[in-house]
Amino acid sequence: MAKKLMFEKPLGMRDTLPFFYNKKEHVRKKLTGVIEAHGYQFMDTPLVEYHETVGKMSATQDQQLFKLLDQQGHTLVLRPDMTAPIARVAASQLKNEAFPLRLAYDGSVFRAQQSEAGKPAQFEQVGTELIGDHSSYGDAEVIALLIDSLKQTGLQEFVITIGHIGYVRSLFEEVMPNDEEAVETLLSYLYRKNYVGYRSYVSSLSVPEEAKDNLNVLLRLRGGEEVFEEARALSKGQAGLKAMNDLKQLYRTLEQYGVASYVQFDLNLISHMDYYTGILFEGYAPNVGALLCNGGRYDALLPSFELNASATGFAVHVERLLEALNGSSEVEKIAICLLVDDRTLKQGLQEAERLRNDGERVVIQHRDQVANIEGFSRKFKTVIDVDKEGVKTDE
Amino acid sequence: MSKPLTIAMPKGRIFEEAAELLKNAGYDIGTGAEESRKLILEFPEQNINVMMAKPMDVVTYVEYGAADIGIAGKDVLLEQDRDVYEVLDLKISPCYIAVAGLPGQPLSRIAPKIATKYPKVASDYYREQGEQIEIIPLNGSIELAPLIGLSDRIVDIVSTGRTLKENGLVEYEKITDITSRLIVNPVSYRTKSDRIDPLVEKMGEQIGVSS
Repeated sequence: MAKKLMFEKPLGMRDTLPFFYNKKEHVRKKLTGVIEAHGYQFMDTPLVEYHETVGKMSATQDQQLFKLLDQQGHTLVLRPDMTAPIARVAASQLKNEAFPLRLAYDGSVFRAQQSEAGKPAQFEQVGTELIGDHSSYGDAEVIALLIDSLKQTGLQEFVITIGHIGYVRSLFEEVMPNDEEAVETLLSYLYRKNYVGYRSYVSSLSVPEEAKDNLNVLLRLRGGEEVFEEARALSKGQAGLKAMNDLKQLYRTLEQYGVASYVQFDLNLISHMDYYTGILFEGYAPNVGALLCNGGRYDALLPSFELNASATGFAVHVERLLEALNGSSEVEKIAICLLVDDRTLKQGLQEAERLRNDGERVVIQHRDQVANIEGFSRKFKTVIDVDKEGVKTDE
Repeated sequence: MSKPLTIAMPKGRIFEEAAELLKNAGYDIGTGAEESRKLILEFPEQNINVMMAKPMDVVTYVEYGAADIGIAGKDVLLEQDRDVYEVLDLKISPCYIAVAGLPGQPLSRIAPKIATKYPKVASDYYREQGEQIEIIPLNGSIELAPLIGLSDRIVDIVSTGRTLKENGLVEYEKITDITSRLIVNPVSYRTKSDRIDPLVEKMGEQIGVSS
C-alpha cells in the first residue's frame, strides 16, 4: 500500500470548507426551524453504539457499517442512521413518557465501503420520528412536515413517491399463500428495481394466468389517486384492503394539509427488504441523481428494543438537498475588516466592539501581518484603515 | 420547454439495433451517430439528447443521473450491481456468459484460478457451486489465459463460440443468458415519468411486454 500523502483523507470522507459550511448551516436552520415549529424536540445520541444492539437493528447492511473494538473487546459501530439509536432511547429512557413522542435529530451518519464519487461515507441527516402513533394520520403528519421543510429551504421542484409494503405483501401472499420463498423472491426483484427479472420469475410460477397478469399489473400501479381503484381490484384480502384504506386516508389527510400536489403513488416501491412495515416513501428532486429523502412506518423496530410501540419518520440527506438547491458557491462577503497598527489598536478595538454590538461581524487585523493588502481586502464587504480614515468617535 | 430527455447509447455493435427500437418507439436518432465523433447529439425537435458511451459505462451514466435512460448489457448490470431500474429486456444482441477451458483439464484442487472480465459474476457463480476460486482479472483476449497456463478456466461472454473453438477451448458450463436491457435512473423514473413511461410502453410493445 502506498504511503499516504499529507492531503489525503480516508475513503469517502469530505471536508466542509467555509463557503459550504455557511450554505449548509443556512439550509440546516431552515429545516430544523420548520421541524421545531411543529413541536418536534431535537435530541442527539452518541456517534458510537454497540454492534449487537443498534448496529444489528439498523436498516443498514452489515458490510456497510464502520466497526471498531472497545477495550473489553465489544464490537462498536459508528452510527449508520439515527433511527435505531433514537428507538433505543425511546424504548429505555423515554419509555415512561406520555406517547406519542415527537423527536427530531440533526447529525452525521456513517456508511463504509463506498468507493465511488458521490457516495460519501459520512453524511448529514435531518429527520423526525413520530413514536406511538400507528394511524395514517401519523404518516400524513410526517410526510406533510417533510414537504413543508423542503419547501421552506427554497426547493421548488420535488416529488414524494409513496408506497405500502403491506399492500405488496398481501397481493403476493394471496397469489402464493404458502410459498414464503416465492414472496421474498418477488419482493427482492422489486427492491432491486429489476422489472425484467420480476416478469420472468412471474411467468415461471405455477399459478393461474390471471394471477400472473395481476402480478404484472403491479408494475404499472404508479401515479395519482387514480391507481387506488385498480390496486383495490387486484388484492381482495383483508390485509390488502386495510393497506388501501391506509393509503386513501393518507391521501385525504394530505389534501387537508394542502400538500397533495407533491405526492404520487408507486405501489411497487420497496425501499428496504425488511425494515418498513406499512406506508413508506422516497423523495426526489430533478438534477440530483439519487434520492433526497426517505422514510416510512417501521412498527417492528421498537419491539426489538422491547417496547411495544409503532413509529414513523423521515430523514433528509442534507448534502443532496444542497445539491438540489444548487446555489452559488461564492463566499458571501459579510464581515468588516479593521486594519490597525500598534498606535491605532485601541481605537480599532473600541470601534470593533461598537460594530459587533450592532450585529456586524468584525475582523481586527494588524497591517504588518498582511503581505498583500489588496488580495486580503477582497474577502470583506468593507475594509476600514483605522489610521488613515480614522473612525467615528462614539456619540 | 422541459429539459431534454438524455439517453445513453452504447457505441459499437449494439448501437444499430438499439437505435432501430428507439426509432420504432417514436424517437429517431438517425444512423449518423456511429460515424460521427461527437459524443453528445442533440435532437431539439424531439427534445432529446443522446450520449454515445462505451457499453460498459452506460450503467454508470444512468446511475449517477447523467443520463435519464440507457441501453446496457445484462452482463454489465450483473457485474456492477448498480442502483438503476431494469425495465425492459430488449432481447437484442443475445449471447451468454459461460465457463470455458482446455478440454479434459480438471479444475485444480488447490485454489483454482479463473481468468475473467467479470470478477463478480465469476465469483458469485463459483460460490453458488460451493467452490472457492481465485480471480485473475483481464480486460480482453481472455482465451489466452488457459492456453498459457495462467488460469484453469475462463468466465467470458460467448456469442457464436467461434473464438473458443479456434483456440482449442471447450465450454464447460453456461452461467446465464445475456441480452440488452432498457435501464432508467431512479430519480428520472419519478420526475420525468411523463416522458419515460410512454417510451417504455412503446418499446415494450415491440418486444411483446405490456406495461
